[in-house]
Amino acid sequence: MDAVLALAEASKSFGAVRALREVSLRLVAGEAHALAGENGAGKSTLVKILSGVHRPDNGRILLDGAPVDFGRPADAQQAGVAVIYQEPTLFPDLSIVENIFMGRQPRTRFGRIDRTAMSEQARRLFARLGVHLDPEQAARGLSIADQQLVEIAKALSRDARVLIMDEPTAALSGNEVARLFGVVNALREQGCAVLFISHRLDEIFELCQRVTTLRDGTLVAEHLIADITPDDLVRRMVGRDLDALYPKQDSAPGEIALEVHRLTREGVFTDVSFQVRRGEIVALAGLVGAGRTEVVRTVFGIDRQDAGWVEVGGRRLRPASPTAAMAAGLALVPEDRRQQGLVMDLSIERNVALTGLADVRRGPLISRAAEHARARDWAVRLRLKFARLSDPVGVLSGGNQQKVVLAKWLARKPSVLIVDEPTRGIDVGTKAEVHRLLSELAVSGVAVLMVSSELPEVLGMADRVLVMHEGRLVAELPRDEATEESVMSAATGRTAA
Amino acid sequence: MLARRWESLILVLLVAVCVWAALGVDGFANTSNVSFLLLDTTEIALMALSMTFVVVAAEIDLSVASTLGLSCAVLGWLWNAGLSIEAIMPICLMVGTLCGAVNGLLVTRLGLPSLAVTIGTFALYRGLAYVILGDQAVADLPAAYTTPATQPLIPLVLVAALGVGAAVLLHATGVGRAVFAIGANQEAAFFAGIRVKRIKFWLFVASGAMAALASLILTFRYASARADNGVGLELAVVAAVLLGGVSIFGGRGSLPGVLMAVLLLGVVRNALILADVANEVLNFVTGLLLVASVLVPNLGALWRRRSTSQQEVP
Repeated sequence: MDAVLALAEASKSFGAVRALREVSLRLVAGEAHALAGENGAGKSTLVKILSGVHRPDNGRILLDGAPVDFGRPADAQQAGVAVIYQEPTLFPDLSIVENIFMGRQPRTRFGRIDRTAMSEQARRLFARLGVHLDPEQAARGLSIADQQLVEIAKALSRDARVLIMDEPTAALSGNEVARLFGVVNALREQGCAVLFISHRLDEIFELCQRVTTLRDGTLVAEHLIADITPDDLVRRMVGRDLDALYPKQDSAPGEIALEVHRLTREGVFTDVSFQVRRGEIVALAGLVGAGRTEVVRTVFGIDRQDAGWVEVGGRRLRPASPTAAMAAGLALVPEDRRQQGLVMDLSIERNVALTGLADVRRGPLISRAAEHARARDWAVRLRLKFARLSDPVGVLSGGNQQKVVLAKWLARKPSVLIVDEPTRGIDVGTKAEVHRLLSELAVSGVAVLMVSSELPEVLGMADRVLVMHEGRLVAELPRDEATEESVMSAATGRTAA
Repeated sequence: MLARRWESLILVLLVAVCVWAALGVDGFANTSNVSFLLLDTTEIALMALSMTFVVVAAEIDLSVASTLGLSCAVLGWLWNAGLSIEAIMPICLMVGTLCGAVNGLLVTRLGLPSLAVTIGTFALYRGLAYVILGDQAVADLPAAYTTPATQPLIPLVLVAALGVGAAVLLHATGVGRAVFAIGANQEAAFFAGIRVKRIKFWLFVASGAMAALASLILTFRYASARADNGVGLELAVVAAVLLGGVSIFGGRGSLPGVLMAVLLLGVVRNALILADVANEVLNFVTGLLLVASVLVPNLGALWRRRSTSQQEVP
């Protein structure tokens, strides 16, 4: 059958990162097509190309077999491509019907907006979808699920023929998912082509007829759902060789350094409890959005918990105070280096000194010599490549910037080091250095908690792997039981613990 | 680097304007004019000291002149009520501190933008001043205070002492380092354990207290406490801070630069008045310098953004 919308050998790079390499995909009328892959496999880039947000560097987009150029999202909309996101973007103060027809309101003969016709059309759309929503109700207060249905109705009112759904179920409950699937199935039978992205494998198997797997920006395989099992699919998503990048040394775990007790932040994560011992590296694995970063932010006091507490060295921490967490011996190397880890305009030495302003003083005044010595000491130990320590940290490469973040925290000699995506976006050489450093720190008795989305890093470095799924800790795997399959299964919610 | 070059530029301008005024403007280069000129910048200098901290921390306080006015009104009202000046002065300082604390609480606890908050309190504090004192001028203040205030010695010593103190605090202590970090990247500063809200709160408090201190000097200098004392001074203060090289986006600036800019603005103003230039033109020149001081350091960046905007916005 001919594809309504197809991608032919499309590639896209962002700087040196090749997000997508010669990927082809065909969306056929009446078929729901799943896109599977780990975080960073290229799924979002593909969606953005099909919806006109990005233009591919190479390759073509084919609409009904003819090449088209989506220069802007409006071009894709015009061609009948509609995208439903995880978080819909409605105007909260307008009614449902006003949202559906925003910018394309039907007019009366006198040029005024024809409210009667608008309501009538909205009612017909909802009837076609088989849902009961009052078109005159304000969008504010609608559940995420209802907002998505409004978005779908909006897409239908534009005669969309291709429906792209980017993790639409992430924020939905079981019943809402069932209702959404009912709507999608109805549309499919009416001749829509559907592209469905979800981290939940069971949903892919329930809704879709075909699945394309991406890994590291390349197309791994395309299967009919009938020809593949969930386990096969997981294997195709992760199938990489563990290389010798991870110089993990054995160390004997000591006493408990960090204890997290039933920590809860409503709507973000629930009832998270775990311990990290001195000398141990514990990885916190899971998919993007599972709540890992949010947990470590709360442990460090950036956010305030609704329930539960954190103990460091047996003493309970004051909630929502990074200052208290630091005084207790905690350090956090945050996920976003440029925004949270460093002050880009400040020099290397001032960034390193920022966590220890009390340590670089002589009397009440800052000692520039002490400040310089602190930075020099750690720059040498971490083999930082720099011209002058007084240079702004922004001129360094990503890997060297990450070393400055590590320096500013290690200079405090923390007893518990939390690292969130410690090697994201840095080169392979520096990556290995960071891994060696973490391993040495653990051997020296530091408790290390590492959030990472890279499975090889998790498996290569961790003594224990904690897996989160949708805001809950669902599995705890000792080193010898942690495999790519067991971690991914838990992370995608296929096993309950 | 840029800051150093900017300071040098201001210094060169200051010297050039002084030379031009000394040679070309009658009555500029004599002792009484120079001492008047210095006296006339005292209040702006005091408020610019604390404003420098506030702007470096990427906030702003537009209510300083209104706080000054409120403090003047309280002074006049309490003097009329029969209190001694020695009792009134600490009360005025407390009023200013309180005004600053209100700004600080609204900005840090409620998370409101300081621009909006202090435009609001700009009107609020000035309005309160009129409520307290109406349109009367309280002029029968004791000569023991009004006479020394017309001599440059005490105000100059005060500005010099506080100026050195503020410069050391901003450029050589942990608090100063933290203020720069907050202005450059508030989130990263918070992640480094800096108490962002607490520091910002105290910056607004200091700003209010300095405005009250300035109000005492202004009142004694003119021997007149009025509700409309210092109307429009916030413009001069902000102009001096920005002209002094403090980035309106926060994270950059130096106190010596600001103090030189206060002097530069004072000299320009004084020379133009001596040259019989109309008041409207003076405001025009202040406004021009303000726009120029925001524009010039950012010209390069603006130019780059323009030339690359086509690629950035798809």
